[in-house]
Amino acid sequence: MENTIQDTQTSEIKPPIIDVGVIGWMKANLFDGVFNSILTIITLILLYKTVPPLISWAFIDSTWLSTGPECKEATGACWSVITTNYRLILFGLYPYELQWRPLIAVIILIGLLFYSKDRKHWSKYLGYAWIIGLFVMGILMRGGVLWLKSVETSEWGGLPLTLLLSIFGLTVAYPLGVILALGRQSKMTFIKYLCVVYIELIRGVPLISLLFMSSFIFPLFLPEGVTLNNLLRAQVAIILFTAAYVAEVVRGGLQGMSRGQYEAAESMGLNYYLTMRLIILPQALRIVIPPTVSVLISAFKDTSLVVIISLWDLMKTTQTVINDPQWMGFSREAYIFIALLYFLGCFSMSNFSRKLEKELDTGY
Amino acid sequence: MKNSISEKVPFWLDPKKRGIVFQIGTFCMVGLLAYYLISNVLINLEKQAVATGFDFLQKESSFEIGETLITYSAASSYGKALIVGALNTLKVAFVGIIITVLLGTTVGIARLSTNWLVSKIAAIFIEVMQDIPILLQLFFWYAIFYESLPSPRQALNPFAGLFLCNRGILFAVPESHPAHKYIFIAFVIGCVAAYLLYRWARARQEKTGQIFPTFSVGTGIIIGLPLITWLISGAPTEMDIPVLTGFNFEGGMSFSPEFIALLIGLVLYTSAFVAEVVRAGIQSVSKGQTEAAMAVGLRPGQVLKLVILPQALRVIIPPLTSQMLNLTKNSSLAVAIGFPDFVSVANTTINQTGQSIEGVALIMALYLIFSLSTSVFMNWYNKKVALVER
Repeated sequence: MENTIQDTQTSEIKPPIIDVGVIGWMKANLFDGVFNSILTIITLILLYKTVPPLISWAFIDSTWLSTGPECKEATGACWSVITTNYRLILFGLYPYELQWRPLIAVIILIGLLFYSKDRKHWSKYLGYAWIIGLFVMGILMRGGVLWLKSVETSEWGGLPLTLLLSIFGLTVAYPLGVILALGRQSKMTFIKYLCVVYIELIRGVPLISLLFMSSFIFPLFLPEGVTLNNLLRAQVAIILFTAAYVAEVVRGGLQGMSRGQYEAAESMGLNYYLTMRLIILPQALRIVIPPTVSVLISAFKDTSLVVIISLWDLMKTTQTVINDPQWMGFSREAYIFIALLYFLGCFSMSNFSRKLEKELDTGY
Repeated sequence: MKNSISEKVPFWLDPKKRGIVFQIGTFCMVGLLAYYLISNVLINLEKQAVATGFDFLQKESSFEIGETLITYSAASSYGKALIVGALNTLKVAFVGIIITVLLGTTVGIARLSTNWLVSKIAAIFIEVMQDIPILLQLFFWYAIFYESLPSPRQALNPFAGLFLCNRGILFAVPESHPAHKYIFIAFVIGCVAAYLLYRWARARQEKTGQIFPTFSVGTGIIIGLPLITWLISGAPTEMDIPVLTGFNFEGGMSFSPEFIALLIGLVLYTSAFVAEVVRAGIQSVSKGQTEAAMAVGLRPGQVLKLVILPQALRVIIPPLTSQMLNLTKNSSLAVAIGFPDFVSVANTTINQTGQSIEGVALIMALYLIFSLSTSVFMNWYNKKVALVER
């Protein structure tokens, strides 16, 4: 008898409607107490005031395929500035009929990046694929071999330039940074202080001072008759800058290694080089993958600074478009477009880093 | 059997001697590289017939600077121009850091809010601001100013005394009055008095356990003393309101579009990073601390002040300082939108005198001074916090 009563009770009593479903969620997350309710209402009012006008500016009243004068009459955003000039923005001064080459280079690069996202694919062969990929990209951009027409680096521009500066910058800066980090941990006083001074000096100054140095002082360093082009000089400055930051990240990983690892390697009779290559670095570098990705993100963002020494990166090509009298006054739209490009790049990288952090966190 | 101790070890197998040889080798290589580069520079400079040394600092600069904190004209020296630039850098960094810390803390706390809507908006703000290059943000805000805002004649006037136009932001300030000096002195005295009160209250609390309402009384002194001085001196209320004369405004106080764009860009960008720092700091204090503090009988305000903040700040302060330093370093991008900061003035100087090495060295030296003094502060702070630790 008692059993049946319990049965009927458990099957009939439901949680109060106010605690479950949409209403329950809203009660718990939006109207939890007086203060939160007021906060929610104020936020909703602010959103109502800002979002609909923004949407009608960006989508409803906007023009997508028109000329500059037509745009000036429209009340909304003028996306025509992008649709008309997208090739100049994306590829800069690269010869118009040859722009399929940087396009393929960018596609190869993005493909490689996407393929490398999965840690299962990380192997020696992926490394080879990267080397070959970067080489092919270089040939596509530069030309001058096979039937490809040669294109001077001064004509490179836009998205490929931005990507090349950051990817090449990091690939060269990374080993340099590892060496600097090892040097900083070294027991040899002179080497240690050399690395410390280098790292702290570079990290203490803004990138722009290094870029100024690359455009004003690097030419003076070279012997008579030897010149380095603008692009290469800026690339060197970016490498020198990024290496110092990579070094600090790697140092964090090296300091995270337990003393036992070094002692075990020593007792196995490994010398310094083998200890580092086989025992310490593989572990230390794996710990610091997430912060390394954030160095990559900043390097990617920082390449935008080369516009100040007038290289034709994404920013410079955009400014060229909006300085065109026909498109004067539509800077916002153009800047929003490249902001979107940068955002997509950085956001996918930081998402990747967050995912990795989770993967690396479990286990050991 | 060989006796390994008595046997002579060849020097390339002795790590100590090998290290010395290796270091001498590196030293020679670095020295040779430096010698090579410097000799190239000297040859090149001689060929270009550019003067060397810092004598140019005393020469007449012959360029105008739009915004100056000290008196400056085209007849002043390059040295003075650079000082003007350095002061402008400090100005934007100082104002920027204050606003950034306030905004960043607010966003960081909002990110942790139990309110879903507020937390999500804060998350979007942080992600968007972190993922767009600071330089692009500066260009964007500058474009908003010179493209979207009207000319001074049609200036926006959201409320009395404030004007928005493509020449910048103008607002009314109190008309200068002799009483201002005394009000300022009263304010300083108030601050000192509040500090002494704080010291006394703490000493008393440690001795007797009695709590003195330091915060409300201190605030009262700091606000009250200047207020009384203002009332005694006849309560001057005249305001200096900007007036449109011809094509531009006169009177009041104004900020240039360049300064505002730089400030907005730097503040929004850096505050996203500060928000993450604050969030991580608060999350680092475990919930048990709050519960334990409440169990001991502390009031919510005391829990925050005595238990949470001291622990969270230990985690927050070091990365926060480095974000402040980042803001200062990023302010060098002012050169791109034409705000006369140190880098921009040094750039003009380099272009006029051709003395690039000295110019770039000055830029690097200034920022190194900033970062070295920051790291000195950090070391001092870390030591202080370490002493507090068990």
